[in-house]
Amino acid sequence: MALLDVRHLTKNFGGLTAVGDVSMELNEGELVGLIGPNGAGKTTLFNLLTGVYEPSEGTIILDGQLMNGKAPYKIAQAGLGRTFQNIRLFKDLSVLDNVLIAFGNHHKPHVFASFFRLPAYYQNEETLKTRALELLSIFGLEGEAHTLAKNLAYGQQRHLEIVRALATEPKILFLDEPAAGMNPQETAELTQLIRRIKDEFKITIMLIEHDMSLVMEVTERIYVLEYGRLIAHGSPEEIRTNKRVIEAYLGGEA
Amino acid sequence: MKKNLRVNLIWAGILIVIYALLSLLVSIGILNLFYIQILEQIGINIILAVGLNLIVGFSGQFSLGHAGFMAIGAYAAAILGQQSPTYGAFFGAMILGAVLAGAVALVVGIPTLRLKGDYLAIATLGVSEIIRILIVNGDSLTNGAAGILGIPAFTTWQLVYLFVVITTIFTLNFLRSPMGRATLAVREDEIAAESMGVNTTKVKVIAFVFGAMTAAIAGSLQAGFIGSVVPKDYSFTNTINVLIIVVFGGLGSMTGTILAAIVLGILNMVLQDFSSIRMIIYSLALILVMIFRPGGLLGTWEFSLKKLLNKKEAN
Repeated sequence: MALLDVRHLTKNFGGLTAVGDVSMELNEGELVGLIGPNGAGKTTLFNLLTGVYEPSEGTIILDGQLMNGKAPYKIAQAGLGRTFQNIRLFKDLSVLDNVLIAFGNHHKPHVFASFFRLPAYYQNEETLKTRALELLSIFGLEGEAHTLAKNLAYGQQRHLEIVRALATEPKILFLDEPAAGMNPQETAELTQLIRRIKDEFKITIMLIEHDMSLVMEVTERIYVLEYGRLIAHGSPEEIRTNKRVIEAYLGGEA
Repeated sequence: MKKNLRVNLIWAGILIVIYALLSLLVSIGILNLFYIQILEQIGINIILAVGLNLIVGFSGQFSLGHAGFMAIGAYAAAILGQQSPTYGAFFGAMILGAVLAGAVALVVGIPTLRLKGDYLAIATLGVSEIIRILIVNGDSLTNGAAGILGIPAFTTWQLVYLFVVITTIFTLNFLRSPMGRATLAVREDEIAAESMGVNTTKVKVIAFVFGAMTAAIAGSLQAGFIGSVVPKDYSFTNTINVLIIVVFGGLGSMTGTILAAIVLGILNMVLQDFSSIRMIIYSLALILVMIFRPGGLLGTWEFSLKKLLNKKEAN
C-alpha cells in the first residue's frame, strides 16, 4: 500500500472548485513533483493534505490512517512535515530554538522534570541540543545556532525551514516552492541538497515547484495540476513531451 | 552538568544574600514600616506582572482578565481567613484560590483562546467583569459591594519574597522547557507551530491557566497585605496597572518585568510627595519610554547568569 493515498479529493470554496477529484499516490522513498501554472490549485491541494483546509469530498490516507478533518498538528504528528512558500520561521527565536521546537513533535515534553529542573531535564536538553546541532551542520548552519532566525540571509532561511521540517522526523516531507526567490546558482545548490536529503534521511519527498528545471531534474514522477484538476502524471520525460502540459504552460495550441 | 549545578547554586546564593540584606536593613531600622509596605506592594506587582507577561508577552494572547483572577484569590483568602485566622487557613485559601482561578481560566480559555487579538481582549475583559459582578452580588458570602474588612495581616515581606521567588522560578522553568518553547512558537507563528506538531490550543490554555493561578496567589497576598477586599479594587483599572508594568518592562522579558515593577514602584513612592502632579509625571514617564523604547525597557532581552559565566570563561 502507498505511504500516502489520496482519493477523489475535492475542495469547494462556495461555487468555486479549487481542487477537483484529485487522486494521487506517494510510495515510500519516492521523490515526486507537483507542478502547475499560477492559480492551478497547488497550494490549496497542499493545504488540504496538511490539514489547513478540510476536504469537501474524498479521502487522505497516510500510512494506513485516515487524515480527513484532522487538525494540522495531528497530521504533523502522524508524520507529515512541511515547509512554507512564504517562509514562516519563528523569527524572533534563535536558529537552535527553531529546530528544538520541531523536535517536540516526537519527544516527550518532560513537564514535571522541567518544572523542578531535575537531572532528566538537563539530560534531555543536552541530547536535543546535540542532535539539533548535528542536523544544522548538515546544512552548514551550525555556526548560526544562536543567531535570530530573522537575521539569517534569505537562502539560509529557506534552508532552516527545511531543517525545521526534518526535525519533526516526518515520513513524508512536503516542500512548497523551496526555490522561490532563489537565483540559478542557489537553485542548483538546492537541487544537490534535495538529493542529499532523500539519500541521507531516506524519506519520501513531495516537491511543489514553479521552477520546471528543478522539478525535471530531481523528481522521479510528476503530477500536473491545472484549474484544480490533474491533467497529467508520469516521468519527467513523459511530462516534458505531454501535449496538454505544454498547452497549460504556454497557453493555446502550442 | 556541573556547570548547571554551579549556576543554580550561585542563583540560590544571590537570593539568600538579597534576603539577608533586606533582613539587616529592616532590623537596623533603615527600612521602616513605610518602606516595607512599598516592598510588599512591589513584590505582589512582580508576581502579577510575571503571570500576565507569560500570557501576553510569551504566549502572545492579549488577555485583560487578570484582575478577575486576582479577585478569586483575594476573596478566597478573605473568606477563609476571617473564619479562622491561622496560617494554615491562609495557605489553604491560597491553594483553593489558585485552583479555582485555574479552573475558571480553563473553562473560559478553551473557547476564547480560539479568538485573536482584540476579540480575545474583549472576551477576557468580560470574564473579569463577570467575576467582579458575581462578587458584588454574592450576599453574605462576599458581603457585596461593601467587601470584607478585618482580614488578619497574614502577609509579611518574607512571605511576599518567598512567593516572588517561587512564582518567578516556576515561570522561567516553564518557559525554558519544551512546552515553553512551544508557547513561544505559538506567539511567533501559529500556523507554522501547528505544522511542527504543536497543539496550539493546548499550549495557549496552559499558559493562560498558569498565569491565572499566579494572579490568584498574588490576590491572596494582596488581601492579607491590605487587610480588606472590596470589589472595586478588582476592576479593569487593576488589570491595566499590571499591563503597564509588563509593557514598560518589555513584552517577552521577565527581567524587564521585574525591573519595571521595581522602577514604577519606586517612582510611585517618590511621587507621593507631589500628589497633585503625580499622575502627570507618571504618565509622562510611560509616554517617554514608549517613544524611545517602543519594545519596553528591555524588549525581549533576558538576563542569563549562565551566559555571563560562559563569557567570562571565554575571556
